[in-house]
Amino acid sequence: MTTTLRSAQGGLSGPSRVEKRRRLVSARDLPDMLFRGYAWSTGIIVVAIMIAVGVFLALRAGQALQVAGWSFFTEQVWEPDAGRFGIVAVLFGTLLIALIAGVVSVPLAVGTALFISEVASGRFQRTLISLVDLMAAVPSVVFGLWGVFFLTAEVIPVSRWLATWFGWFPLFRVDGFDPTDPLAGANLFTSSPLIAGLVVAFMVVPIQTSVMREAFSQAPAGEREGAYALGATRWGMITAVVLPFGKGGMIGGTMLGLGRALGETIAVYMIISPVFEVQWQPLHTNGNSVSALIANRYGEASPIGLSALMAAGLALFLITLVVNFTASTIVSRSRSGAESEV
Amino acid sequence: MTSTELEESTDVMSGTDEPRRTPRTYIPARDAEPVSFAERRQPGRMTLSDKLNLFGAALAAVSVTTLLFGRLAAMSGVLGALVVTGVVFVLLYALLVRMSDDRQAVRDRVMTVMLAATGLLLFLVLVFIVIFTVTRGADALPHLNFFTEDLSLTGPLDPLDVGGVLHAILGTLIQISIALVITIPLGLSAAVYLNEVGGRFARFVRTIVEAMTALPSIVAGLFIYAAVIQGFGLGKSGFAAALAITVMMLPIVIRAADVVLRLVPGNLREASQALGSSQWRTIWHVVLPTARSGLATAVILGTARGIGETSPVLLTAGISAAVNVNPFKGPMISLPLQTFEFVKSPEPAFIARGFGTAATLLTLVLILFAAARVVGGRAPGQLSGRRKRAIARASLADAGRFKAAERRHGGGAGPAS
Repeated sequence: MTTTLRSAQGGLSGPSRVEKRRRLVSARDLPDMLFRGYAWSTGIIVVAIMIAVGVFLALRAGQALQVAGWSFFTEQVWEPDAGRFGIVAVLFGTLLIALIAGVVSVPLAVGTALFISEVASGRFQRTLISLVDLMAAVPSVVFGLWGVFFLTAEVIPVSRWLATWFGWFPLFRVDGFDPTDPLAGANLFTSSPLIAGLVVAFMVVPIQTSVMREAFSQAPAGEREGAYALGATRWGMITAVVLPFGKGGMIGGTMLGLGRALGETIAVYMIISPVFEVQWQPLHTNGNSVSALIANRYGEASPIGLSALMAAGLALFLITLVVNFTASTIVSRSRSGAESEV
Repeated sequence: MTSTELEESTDVMSGTDEPRRTPRTYIPARDAEPVSFAERRQPGRMTLSDKLNLFGAALAAVSVTTLLFGRLAAMSGVLGALVVTGVVFVLLYALLVRMSDDRQAVRDRVMTVMLAATGLLLFLVLVFIVIFTVTRGADALPHLNFFTEDLSLTGPLDPLDVGGVLHAILGTLIQISIALVITIPLGLSAAVYLNEVGGRFARFVRTIVEAMTALPSIVAGLFIYAAVIQGFGLGKSGFAAALAITVMMLPIVIRAADVVLRLVPGNLREASQALGSSQWRTIWHVVLPTARSGLATAVILGTARGIGETSPVLLTAGISAAVNVNPFKGPMISLPLQTFEFVKSPEPAFIARGFGTAATLLTLVLILFAAARVVGGRAPGQLSGRRKRAIARASLADAGRFKAAERRHGGGAGPAS
């Protein structure tokens, strides 16, 4: 069989005339070359802008880092003109607020994403998806107003209740609060990291929800129906198929929200009353964040002060960069994220 | 069927000349009495008992809470009442379902209710935030001067019928226009570059753009403040604010446009190139028109994000009380920043103005969002009625042109060169 085939081939093209592989490069005419040059130049401009931001930040931050040295990472106070400044307190405050935001927002986002992708259907589902998108577009200053003028008053009694009954638990402790003193004012509980964290939580829920919903809705129909055919209830199907499938999306969405929470400025700035010490009690008044620090101090800053703010901004940027890249890597490596976009 | 039966039946089939035996197989008569089907079952739907369970549990939960808070225990507080209602509702609902179903069903029902409750909570908060802003701004909004005057003649104690936010509205519009003038050509071209030209450098650009979406907006503001305002001595101005918004919006628009362009089917490109058009013609006449609505949505949603950003503007725009339409000279405030400035004041009139400004901003964002919904929401290649009619007109014109050419060349001779 094979021999006949070979001879037939030999008869057709001859033994020595093996054609060279053709190069499939199309010749481009002048307009195409111009177009490609233009497109390439826009790419260059975009990269130039972005790199300019990064390099400029790094250079200006370098001056402050030279003055502060390693104490930049150990010092709590912020007095650049006296040469004493460090990022510990503000960075800790930022992380505390982002952590509170995450604890509140992740269950909300998972629940809402599951509700939209698994429970709701048809027109109702589409409306909910648009509502989540709309929520992502609400300006942060509006959330800040809500936090200052509404949420603060609602959270204070809850904080007081928690501090009264669960004050023995380190997380709910408030130094200087005496539950037996009926005249103890509310001022120990205002402007706390808890309130800021709650507001930031509602700001980051939409992005988390939409990433998670995207991942959940891609769970293959065959596996869903398989679970149903084996007698699973809807919740059984969700735990057996949808959640394992969407795990990458859940982690990625969470971290993406975390990245947003770390960089959020105006709502935190409106709510928090800044201090420069590590303040780890979520219910206690006072706190700080890197972005609030920048918003607070940029105006009266001397050259070295501005440089110190740059260093703080650069540190924040590097952290959000790591968080975002980790998130997008997790999403794109996961089964559900192979085709989706964060 | 056993083998003997099979043989017999084949005998019948082959039709021998023996007298016909009675066939063993039974063929049902076509028009016998109709088979009655049971009612179609829809497993996804709620049954009556499901609904009654929900209703009963809700009623009982509300009653228990009313009893606890009103009569039995000295509990108070709206939040506490809501929490107690929720807990009692879930417990009673689980009990009711358990009376008729197994443990798995109970878990399913309870979790479904919990999911619905989370979704509901989130959307209630959203609706509440919008309503809260608008109602608190309702004192300031009905005064027409709020939209037609600026603050230059308004003192701290002046009532609401003096002064307005015209300067902030104009500032927002000017700043976002400048930002769009830079962002739209640059962002869309860069997205085209990423998708259509490609290559190693394009992948690098894409990574950089992705990294830039992580840039906190306040840091973008700080960059413009240090580089443009202090470096070039421009001073706080509308142009500096627009640049800060641009730095923030550019990566958002590029990424969104990139996703949209990726959805354009490859065979459209190949068809165009197979017909002999060059690359830029393919992009200009095939790729971009196909992705038109998606690109518009990307730009509009980017605009909605950019218009509401406060922190980059906070560092770069400066505070002004009078109308300033020159973006290169003097401070130019925008709506979010004006909101922020208003609520820093303890005066009730200023706080009301702050909420009014926020409501104005929110309306602007809502309009943009609705526009994005109207324009977008179509997959690439799905055309609007207007576009379809335009294409039909163009096609008709082409047909007329061919006819005319045919008449000129004396009918069917083909294109003479």
